[in-house]
Amino acid sequence: MALLEVNDLHVRFNTDDGVVHAVRGVSFEVEQGKTLGIVGESGSGKSVATQTITGLTRGARIEGTAMFEGIDLLAATPEELRSVRGVKIGMIFQDPLTSLHPAYKVGWQIEEMIRAHQDEGRKKARARAVELLSLVGIPNAKTRVDDYPHQFSGGMRQRVMIAMAMALNPALLIADEPTTALDVTVQAQVLDVMRKVQEEFGTAIVLITHDLGVIAEMADDVIVMYAGRVMEKAPRRDLFYANHHPYTEGLLASLPQRNSSGGRLLPIKGSPPSMINPPQGCPFAPRCPYVFNRCVEETPALVPVFRREDHLSACFLSGHQAEREQGKEQMRVALLEEAQLESARLESAKLEGIA
Amino acid sequence: MLKFLIRRVLTGALVLWIISMLVFALFFAVPNNVARQMAGHNATPTTIKLINQRLGLDQPLWEQYGKFIWNALHGDLGEDYYYQLPVTHVIAEALPITLSVVVGASIIWLLLGVSSGVLSAVRPRSFIDRLVTVLALFFYSVPSFVLGLTLLFVFYYKLTIAGFAIFPAGGYKPLSDGLNQWFFHMILPWITLAMISAATYTRLTRGSMLEVLGEDYIKTARAKGISERRVIYRHGLRSALTPVVTQFGIDVATLIGGAVITETVFSLPGVGYQSIKAIRNQDLPLILGVVLVASVAVVVANILVDLLYAVLDPRVRLS
Ligand SMILES: Nc1ncnc2c1ncn2[C@@H]1O[C@H](COP(=O)(O)OP(=O)(O)OP(=O)(O)O)[C@@H](O)[C@H]1O
Ligand code: SF4
Ligand SMILES: [Mg+2]
Repeated sequence: MALLEVNDLHVRFNTDDGVVHAVRGVSFEVEQGKTLGIVGESGSGKSVATQTITGLTRGARIEGTAMFEGIDLLAATPEELRSVRGVKIGMIFQDPLTSLHPAYKVGWQIEEMIRAHQDEGRKKARARAVELLSLVGIPNAKTRVDDYPHQFSGGMRQRVMIAMAMALNPALLIADEPTTALDVTVQAQVLDVMRKVQEEFGTAIVLITHDLGVIAEMADDVIVMYAGRVMEKAPRRDLFYANHHPYTEGLLASLPQRNSSGGRLLPIKGSPPSMINPPQGCPFAPRCPYVFNRCVEETPALVPVFRREDHLSACFLSGHQAEREQGKEQMRVALLEEAQLESARLESAKLEGIA
Repeated sequence: MLKFLIRRVLTGALVLWIISMLVFALFFAVPNNVARQMAGHNATPTTIKLINQRLGLDQPLWEQYGKFIWNALHGDLGEDYYYQLPVTHVIAEALPITLSVVVGASIIWLLLGVSSGVLSAVRPRSFIDRLVTVLALFFYSVPSFVLGLTLLFVFYYKLTIAGFAIFPAGGYKPLSDGLNQWFFHMILPWITLAMISAATYTRLTRGSMLEVLGEDYIKTARAKGISERRVIYRHGLRSALTPVVTQFGIDVATLIGGAVITETVFSLPGVGYQSIKAIRNQDLPLILGVVLVASVAVVVANILVDLLYAVLDPRVRLS
């Protein structure tokens, strides 16, 4: 059984503009010791989905289940959740500059985490904090525990966050864009630290990112999110070399050359749909180059493709990209012919009018 | 740190000096008739001249000011025009009264304002938040003399008539007369001043808290699985207090210069009362004395606020 099994998760926020349906039936599982990558454009619901699981989404209507070590986190009491957070699920966030409390020493912040859950004296907690800081590669950890966050660089602070998240040896680490705010070389170092920690403790990781380069380096399985839904779910290799969904294709096509801007995404043409009262049909339809009638009438379900159980896609198309290119060309020709026909009809109508 | 203190004390002294000159200049810039006022309607020019001589008002301005500064540097602020009492003595009598009022009231309003602000911010738009907001707005807009007189009416007049003579009509009893006496004379002025100031702190704390609770490090704190209480107070309030501290420093300092209305309503002869009297009597030495007390309070409060800032936020460097 998987370590974490999320099933049909829905998250809705009541706002002044209406109900924001930020997560719409997301399901995924995370295997022990493995890394699940989550990619998707800004606003696709990656953070909301993962934070809801740990009870960090406030003021939302939540549906679905999230089974973790035999309990449903979405039905757990606040007390139960507190005993999971930090102890069994560690979290790190996007911006290391704002994620640590500016008024407390980093060592104190790690100790607080340990002492909140374990009956340990200050001394022991502190020794553990030093140990953790050196584990994530902070030089002179013994003296640096007494420094404040502002005395560390961004990369170093993210290491501190990792150290803190790993303090109690959690089974799962949720890293929400842990490298987005860092520059490229520091990114690589932080990813290394995460990998090292994973090897050492056998931690499972949920890694949220915009960066397909990061996915290529870290993930075992990948889910692609769009407008609060999972569009495609595949093992990493398949996602890059045998993907199915046009949105995934778009993401990969917009990936710039590795050397230009660090593998960051360039946006796909068009913008994601509103999360309030979305029209029915495939959410990607307005931006999809392959869109056809059925796409705007029905919403495609996430189903196995290519006769593989571990590769799912929410798209009506069948087959691979090459066939689709053919299909696209056929469609273009058909449209062209239709247009020509139409103008010919107009022309003849005009002539009749004159006559 | 020491350098910071020395610099701030020196600039503070400079400020005091400039203020004393300004007060002096202002006093003589408007035509004053102290001697005439003191001498009464039927005074002869000779009497007036004599009074002017005795008060030293006939000497050149620079000489008067020079004398004032020289004496002030030796801890002598001169004597007041009417009773010939040393100004330092008058202030020494008035300051403990004002301090009693302000310190007591400030503790109450700080506790009240901060706790209600936190309560409000933790559940924004809830019933309790709305209730707190309405109450804060109410006390914010009630004039202090109205609140003071109402309290007197209810707790002094009505209670006394009903046979419970618990609260006095006003006036001051020093601590040396016993804690009880002092306390019961202070309680109504405290409530008056505190209720009116607390509203500002409720709103300040609420806003500041709401902002802080949206910070990433609060999410981190929750992700650590520590108790919500700890998240709110240890992590949230700690950061939210910074603007509150500034406001508190300014308010307390301003009030030490005289909680004029409260002192008047409750017949407390504090600094505020003395300053009104001094201005009405055109009593220059007393005016200077009171203004200097108020200025010292502001200067000291500013230094303390900056020191406290450095304690609250390790990113702040004293320089
Ligand atoms: N508290 C909230 N109230 C209302 N709407 C919210 C709230 N939190 C998130 N949303 C909305 O939910 C949607 C998903 O947000 P989320 O932060 O999960 O996106 P994301 O995929 O993590 O994007 P990014 O890559 O920018 O972090 C967004 O449209 C956002 O506006
Ligand atoms: S379902 Fe239709 S619109 Fe949606 S991705 Fe597939 S082809 Fe495009
Ligand atoms: Mg996010």
